[in-house]
Amino acid sequence: MLDRNGIAQRIAQELQNGWYVNLGIGIPTLVANYIPQGVSVEFQSENGLLGMGPFPFEGEEDADLINAGKQTVTILPGGSIFDSSLSFAMIRGKHVQLTVLGAMEVSDQGDIANWKIPGKMVKGMGGAMDLVASADNIIVAMSHTNRKGQSKLLRQCTLPLTGVKCVKKIVTNMAVLDITPQGFKLLQRAPGVSVEDIKSATEGRLIVEGDIPEMKF
Amino acid sequence: MNKVVKNAQEGIEGLKNGMTLMVGGFGLCGIPENCISALVKLGAKNLTCISNNAGVDDFGLGLLLQKNQIKKMISSYVGENEEFERQMLSGKLEVDLIPQGSLAERCRAGGAGIPAFFTPAGYGTEVAIGKEVRFFDGKPHILESALHADYALIKAWKGDRYGNLVFKGTARNFNPVMAMAGNITVVEVEHLVEPEELDPNTIHIPGVFVQRIFQGSKYEKRIEQRTVRSKS
Repeated sequence: MLDRNGIAQRIAQELQNGWYVNLGIGIPTLVANYIPQGVSVEFQSENGLLGMGPFPFEGEEDADLINAGKQTVTILPGGSIFDSSLSFAMIRGKHVQLTVLGAMEVSDQGDIANWKIPGKMVKGMGGAMDLVASADNIIVAMSHTNRKGQSKLLRQCTLPLTGVKCVKKIVTNMAVLDITPQGFKLLQRAPGVSVEDIKSATEGRLIVEGDIPEMKF
Repeated sequence: MNKVVKNAQEGIEGLKNGMTLMVGGFGLCGIPENCISALVKLGAKNLTCISNNAGVDDFGLGLLLQKNQIKKMISSYVGENEEFERQMLSGKLEVDLIPQGSLAERCRAGGAGIPAFFTPAGYGTEVAIGKEVRFFDGKPHILESALHADYALIKAWKGDRYGNLVFKGTARNFNPVMAMAGNITVVEVEHLVEPEELDPNTIHIPGVFVQRIFQGSKYEKRIEQRTVRSKS
C-alpha cells in the first residue's frame, strides 16, 4: 500500500516536459515534491499564479503570495501573476495540460464527486468544476476505500457530482487505473498489493487483462 | 479628477440594508480589511455578499457573519469558516455555491456588459439545475448570467486619485473583475500615490471603473496557513 507521498510520487511520473500543471489541495500538492529528473513543468495556482515554487524559508513568508490551499508559497523565475478571470481562462481554454485533484468517489464511467456530503459537509467546489470540465488530462489522487473499508471506485457515484465523464486516470494507495468505455482498467499494483486485493476493493466494473505489474519507483 | 475619500467610513457612505456587495479577496489574501471593519461598525443588515470565500470565524467576512449581517452568500468555497458551514447546514444562512471560474467570469461579464455566457463548468451537476444547456462542438455547456453589485469593496496595493489601480501578488485575485462590476466601487490602497508615479503600462485596472478610493491603514494581512520549508 502507498501512503500520501507514495501516491504523489507515482503521479509525478506522469509529468511531461513543458507541461503546465494544476495541483488541487491535499495529496495533489505533494506531487510538486517529486518532479522527475530532466522534466521541467510550470505549476499553475487557480488564485492567479503561474510558476508556483516551493514553500518559503522561515521568515520569508509573504501574505500576498499564497496558493489555492491558502498556504504561503514562492514564485519561481519565469513566473507570473494575473487575476481570477484570466486564471480560469487559462484553465477553461485548455492551456493547462494536466489537472491533479482528489476525490471522494469516482464512477467507472469517469464521473467524479469531491465537493459535498449532503447534510454533513458542504465546503464548496472551488475551482474543481471548472478544472474537471476543461482539462484533457485529469488524474485523481485518492484512497481506494474509505475509513469504513467501503470502495470509493463505484459503478455510480452516490454523492453530488463535481463533473461527468471526465476522469481519465486514477492513482490510489493500491493501484493505477485508467477509465475506459468498459470501466476501470487496472494498469499497475502498489507494492505488496495483489490483484485480488484490488478486485475486492473495487465496486465498479474492473478490467484485468494479463499480468499486472507492480509500480516502479 | 479626484475620487479620494478620507477613509472607509466615507467610502461606504450610502450603503444600506438589503444591498448586494462584492468583496474582493481569495481566502484572507487581498481582502478589503478597512471596508469590512467599517461595514461591521455601520451595522448594515440583510446583505447579499458575493465573495469567493467567507473569511475565517474571527477575520474577514466572518466578522459580518458573527453579527448576523449577511442574509446570503454567493461563493465558491466556504470551508475555512466553520461558523459559515454551520449556519449554512442549519438553514440560517442562504448560500449559493458556484464554481470559482464561473464566479470570476460572471463578475467580469457584469462589468463588461455581457449579460450571459456559456461555460462547460458544472454541467451534469447541481449547479446546472434550471439552466439552459447548449452544445458547442458536441460538448455540453450551461448558460450563466452576469453578476452586479450595489457596492464593490476592493483592496489594491497602489492607486491614485484617478482610481487607477495596481495589485500585488496573489492579493489581486477577484479584485479587478469585482472593481469592474460594482455600481459604486470603493477601493482601499496600501499606497495612495501621485498620478505621475504610476506608469500607464503597469496599471491593472484603469480608474474608469472606480468611484471612491482611500488610503488604507493598519493592515493585519493575516496568513491562513503559514507553510515553510527547511534550509537543507
